[in-house]
Amino acid sequence: MPISPDIETPMLHGQELQSQKKREEWVLLGLSLPAIFVIALVVILPVGWLFYLSFVDGHGNFSLEHYQKMVEYKSYARVFITTFKVSALTTLICIVLGYPIAYFLAALPSRWSGIFMLAVLLPFWTSLLVRTYAWLVLLQSKGLLNDLAIQIGLWDSPVKLVHNMTGTLIGMAHIMLPFLVLPLYGAMKKIEPDMMQAASNLGASPVRAFFSIYLPLSVSGLVAGALIVFVLCLGFYVTPAVLGGGRVVMVATQITAILEHQFDWGAASALGVVLLLATVLVLYLAGRFFKFDTALFGKR
Amino acid sequence: MNNSTALPISIRGLTKKYGDLNALNSVDLEIKSSEFLTLLGPSGSGKTTLLMAIAGFNRPDAGSIKFGDAEMVLTPPHKRDVGMVFQSYALFPHMTVSENIGFPLKLRGLAAKEVMGRVDEALATVQLSGLGDRAIDQLSGGQRQRVALARAFVFRPRILLMDEPLSALDKKLREHMQIELKQIHRQLGVTTVYVTHDQREALTMSDRIAVINHGELAQVDTPEAIYNRPKDQFVADFIGESTMLSLTRGGDGRLSFGSEIISSSSPNPSVSKWSLVVRPERLHLLEGDVNTSEKQVVFRGHVKEYVFQGETAFALIALDDVTILSVRFGTGAGSRIQLLEPGALVSVGLMREDIILIPQEGQT
Repeated sequence: MPISPDIETPMLHGQELQSQKKREEWVLLGLSLPAIFVIALVVILPVGWLFYLSFVDGHGNFSLEHYQKMVEYKSYARVFITTFKVSALTTLICIVLGYPIAYFLAALPSRWSGIFMLAVLLPFWTSLLVRTYAWLVLLQSKGLLNDLAIQIGLWDSPVKLVHNMTGTLIGMAHIMLPFLVLPLYGAMKKIEPDMMQAASNLGASPVRAFFSIYLPLSVSGLVAGALIVFVLCLGFYVTPAVLGGGRVVMVATQITAILEHQFDWGAASALGVVLLLATVLVLYLAGRFFKFDTALFGKR
Repeated sequence: MNNSTALPISIRGLTKKYGDLNALNSVDLEIKSSEFLTLLGPSGSGKTTLLMAIAGFNRPDAGSIKFGDAEMVLTPPHKRDVGMVFQSYALFPHMTVSENIGFPLKLRGLAAKEVMGRVDEALATVQLSGLGDRAIDQLSGGQRQRVALARAFVFRPRILLMDEPLSALDKKLREHMQIELKQIHRQLGVTTVYVTHDQREALTMSDRIAVINHGELAQVDTPEAIYNRPKDQFVADFIGESTMLSLTRGGDGRLSFGSEIISSSSPNPSVSKWSLVVRPERLHLLEGDVNTSEKQVVFRGHVKEYVFQGETAFALIALDDVTILSVRFGTGAGSRIQLLEPGALVSVGLMREDIILIPQEGQT
């Protein structure tokens, strides 16, 4: 006779097992509550406050004046263009530099990859400010790099490497590189070595095998890393402020300026809201083109 | 399909060292056109190293690998034109079944229409028609195995290599695929080199078996010859079950075990110490008082252990204090297995034709 949940023969311990399951679910919820509470307190509330401030004028009335100004004044558009340009260029530099690094790390036997991984991670553990000012020292007109270049005759007089776009990009790429390398390395580690052997065996030249097999299999990690870098760049403050020397004005720098000079919370909030929405839009668009959770969590 | 494309493989003096380890020690091997040859050996014996050298994935220290008349040892793998089935299948997860199988054809510049036709043909050969649009992760283990096989032969390579392709499958499917692989080999007529550590698989599938140990070929022969006439202790031990009985040589050169004369003369007078290899299933149970004769050698001993296993029954028979003989009998009527009660004294016979003599280890 087939076993089936019969009304006449009640299931053995059915009720106890059910209530045990329920209990575990409540415990799980209970354990997550503190974290949920903290997130609500420090993220959702302030962001809501930010939204509120951006829609209120100096007298506490509802108004769109902050957003109107953003549309009317060209300087705002310039700030946003600069922000996206710096972020995109930094991401691009990180991809160009980071892909070979990640490949190298993934190809090394594990006892060596650990050592080289340290080289990637060590700057990561150093203070952001320290690294940024270190670049200032290296790149300034009487800095190490200029001195060396002049000494070996690369150029004759000091080249302006800092307090401009060049310095900003160098500093930001350096700080962002680990964020690209780590997810990419994870994706590459998952590519079995026999994938490339199979491609080669089937007649693919090394270049062809790379573009047909390796690149597509590593692209999820690349997209994840590039997204993290791009999104972090959008809201970056310290490095562009120090190495840009006021010439590279990004949204975050602009927000500080407004608060420091005009004390205009509404205008600053409106900028913050637009930046937040722009970031969400970028993530949404990326999610449309790539399977998002695949990209971020590396699931197949 | 196309027999004319099959090529013989000629390997000479192939040597490969990993540090102090001799992975391959000057291996010479001739593989005939259209032959199914199996490299059989325990793990670490060098069988995979040899296969990878043929595929071009490792660089030997010295030696020659020829496909037909063409020297290949310096040719990069993507120009060798050999098909290969990997142990892990190595299917590309970002491509469908059809794209996987069509990949080598696309690389060879075939028109899209011809690629489609050839892919369909290959899918039909491995009995996967209609599954071309599936993603790889939607396939079962057996189906993946077939896709890997189809991808390896779809471009009509002259040589097909397989690296333990069935090891990930369960026993039933594995045995089924052994027969199927053999049929496909017959159909394609391509020279095939197959690597396995499973001696039964090797016996089932191969035209010839190359037994490899410590980077050297121990014996290259047909399955029957390998099983019935192993050359040395390693081969006798590795292929099939066996009991080795140490023989003593009398002054007149005859070899005996205890009081039983096994052979009236030594097969090779320069070798002084010989072993008798007894295959468990070559023995038969005797009833009553039968003595060694011109037809058979008789062993007597007490049953130590008896296990009924379905199609066969297995027993250990203690001939004396140190020598234990493994025996295996059919379980049908007339097999006399009812005699095998633990502790009972039994006689087992070995026909003289079934006598296998090998020189003892360390002798040449």
